[in-house]
Amino acid sequence: MFEFFKNTELFKTFFGRESSGATARERLRLVLLSDHLALAPDVIDALKAELLEVIARYVDIDPEMAEVTFEQRERELAMLASVPIKSVRKDRPSAPAQRTANGRAHAPLNQPPRRRRRRRRPSPAAPPNGAPSDGTLLAPPGTFENSAQA
Amino acid sequence: MNVEGTDLMHAFEEAPLEGASVEAPAALALGRAIVITSGKGGVGKTTTTANVGAALAALGKRVVLVDADIGLRNLDIVLGLENRVRYHLLDVIEGNVELDEALIRDKRSANLYLLAAAQAREKEDVDVDEMQRLMEQLRERFEYVLIDCPAGIELGFRNAVAGAQHAIIVCTPEVSAVRDADRVVGLLPNDWSPELIVNRLRPALVRKGKMLSVDDVNAILRLPLLGVIPDEPAVIVATNKGEPPAFDPNSRLGAAYRAIAARITGEETAPAEVPTEREGDGFFSKLGALFGGRS
Repeated sequence: MFEFFKNTELFKTFFGRESSGATARERLRLVLLSDHLALAPDVIDALKAELLEVIARYVDIDPEMAEVTFEQRERELAMLASVPIKSVRKDRPSAPAQRTANGRAHAPLNQPPRRRRRRRRPSPAAPPNGAPSDGTLLAPPGTFENSAQA
Repeated sequence: MNVEGTDLMHAFEEAPLEGASVEAPAALALGRAIVITSGKGGVGKTTTTANVGAALAALGKRVVLVDADIGLRNLDIVLGLENRVRYHLLDVIEGNVELDEALIRDKRSANLYLLAAAQAREKEDVDVDEMQRLMEQLRERFEYVLIDCPAGIELGFRNAVAGAQHAIIVCTPEVSAVRDADRVVGLLPNDWSPELIVNRLRPALVRKGKMLSVDDVNAILRLPLLGVIPDEPAVIVATNKGEPPAFDPNSRLGAAYRAIAARITGEETAPAEVPTEREGDGFFSKLGALFGGRS
């Protein structure tokens, strides 16, 4: 759960020494998110890993800088994903069905594909504010936006 | 329905209903039952019920407080009426006594009554229908029926909510309390619009970033804010003595409860105020100000 959210805006706001009130706010947000989604924290982690895995099949992303957050809107929850795209993949698969056939459609739940790809093409040091380095493509926040009823 | 005409007349003789239709005066005169709930225990539901009730009574409203926490009777203690409890809610429901015999009048007020919970019984001894009938009976006689809900979300909660038309959520600025309040709001009927009382706020801690603020709490709950009660030792003293601060015209806490009561009746429409630190609230706040701490 912590891993999942450590890149969220709210968390980043409290760099350095964090007041306990801020900790309470963040804990409250996370616990209610989990309550409303009716998903256990490890399932949410799995959701994020799989989501990035799917996106990574089509475009080369920077998983370290990816943010998947949830926010409460009046009566519904919204899931927001901001995933910086480094480049469009050259070895893009023609159809997802092929991958299913050879049994590689689903990555192991807690094994996002980031490590493999990073070794092959090490990314330049990521800027601290989440902006892309020069010449890369950044998906604006909400590019992979999805709404789900809580 | 067990309507006693004389009592009905007495209940509202001081507040004639203007433009009331002749055909259905009883329906128009029905009071409002409000359940005071929180999910989590120990956040101050009973203290809130006692004080909001006393404050409503001070505004001249006819008020009955119902302790729905069967088996764990406490409202009588907070009100200082524990020695006057003879009969309780279950005695009325089971027909052992008439409602009048079980209602305890608070002598500090002309309009405040208590219906105590049964202490040696269990929540399972009442059902939703029985509670609904009893609340309706009370609404015929009182303008406000405040129901002190037990902690939890089981049968006791469902019984307490059954006869009500409105809910007040009591929440302290803690992660656990907000989570439970959020859950309880989700369990209330969809067409209700519950209101929020934030209890035990410590403005000095909020200023230092060491406590959730009212805005933090309500960013989650998103409820109309009825009032904010500061955390003060006076509450403990008042409970020790069985003297709700709302009876004391000079008490700061009492003023906070009276503001809530005025908002409930609609006499006050301005948004609820969030308490700030009192001037000279202790040595450390002075020291902080001296060294340029934020105000």
